[in-house]
Amino acid sequence: MSSEWPLWEIFIRGQHGLNHRHVGSLHAPDAEMAIRNARDVYTRRNEGVSIWVVPSNSISASSPSDKGPLFEPANSKVYRHPTFFDIPEEIGHM
Amino acid sequence: MYAQLVKSEGSKSREEMTPQELAFQERIDRGEKIEPKEWMPEGYRKTLIRQMGQHAHSEIVGQLPEGNWITRAPTLERKAILLAKVQDEAGHGLYLYSAAETLGVTRDELMEKLHSGNMKYSSIFNYPTLTWADMGAVGWLVDGAAIMNQVPLQRTSYGPYSRAMIRICKEESFHQRQGYDIMMKMCAGSPEQKAMAQDALNRFWYPALMMFGPSDKDSVHSAQSMAWKIKMNTNDELRQKFVDQTVPQAKYLGLTVPDDNLVWNEEKGGYDFSEPDWSEFFAVIAGNGPCNAERLGARIKAWDDGAWFRDGLMAHAEKAASRRIAAE
Repeated sequence: MSSEWPLWEIFIRGQHGLNHRHVGSLHAPDAEMAIRNARDVYTRRNEGVSIWVVPSNSISASSPSDKGPLFEPANSKVYRHPTFFDIPEEIGHM
Repeated sequence: MYAQLVKSEGSKSREEMTPQELAFQERIDRGEKIEPKEWMPEGYRKTLIRQMGQHAHSEIVGQLPEGNWITRAPTLERKAILLAKVQDEAGHGLYLYSAAETLGVTRDELMEKLHSGNMKYSSIFNYPTLTWADMGAVGWLVDGAAIMNQVPLQRTSYGPYSRAMIRICKEESFHQRQGYDIMMKMCAGSPEQKAMAQDALNRFWYPALMMFGPSDKDSVHSAQSMAWKIKMNTNDELRQKFVDQTVPQAKYLGLTVPDDNLVWNEEKGGYDFSEPDWSEFFAVIAGNGPCNAERLGARIKAWDDGAWFRDGLMAHAEKAASRRIAAE
């Protein structure tokens, strides 16, 4: 039985100068073919101006069970948001 | 609905659930999305693989009845449109296979299960496409029925499935419109062309109704799948919605829906209509439809004939990689 083509994660930069964004994955033998396939699978309607392909097994991800320790510390730091501070109305826009 | 008769794994009352299962159900009830690496009940995972696999297979096998007409499209423009549509179906299959793979099944396993008959695809693709008007009827009715099911599935609880459905729905309405456009052209054409359109509607009406799966009273797997939000509406709800939407469209074309019992029911605010012949449905699902052997045969042949190509590209990639390492 022959081996399956490796899995690649596909990132596309849209028209409007935003970051590359993850759009999905696909199988391809190598990076060049992954880009060609990504063009056909994920940009049939002008969705992008640039493609990144990354072997799926090269991505390290945070574990769902770390959600608490990783993200909770930010919850208690409300002073990081501008709305935490009351600025008198006569000061105007700040 | 591209997924029919998907067997769901067991159904538990809240009292029977373990604390972990209960917490999972509560996340779904709150409308949270479940993501690949998070804990999920084994039944949820298995049912989803079955449903998404069947959905993906339907997209891929669904290319065959329309692919049949690409070389015989009446104009270059129609040919280009049909090609684009069939290419979209391939893309939809690929989105769904990738989404299913996040649940720990490999692409090759899914393919093997399709080829061995262990996984199904929608019954609708086992009917032949005999005339050009069938391209109109398939786009209008089959893609129309698919949209009816796929729009609510954008809200399904499994993140990768939901995101695949959002992409698919964005592209799908082009499919239905191009089908209806073919029907409009044919119905405004010669009497022979209009007769072809009527004939296509006659042949595809009931198979399209079957796409929603058996009647709710015979649909044994719905409750658990609905609790898990991997099925959003019952089969009969969607079928009713489809009929109510489609009948006026047929009237506009000047075509007759092949159902003597079709009548507007003021009280329920929808049409009363005849159910399809469910014995035919079960026969087609069991592999005895007009084109089952041909469709599956075409898929297996494509897979087998492509093996040398897949292996060749892989061998080339490995060789190139080792040459790069040697050069460094």
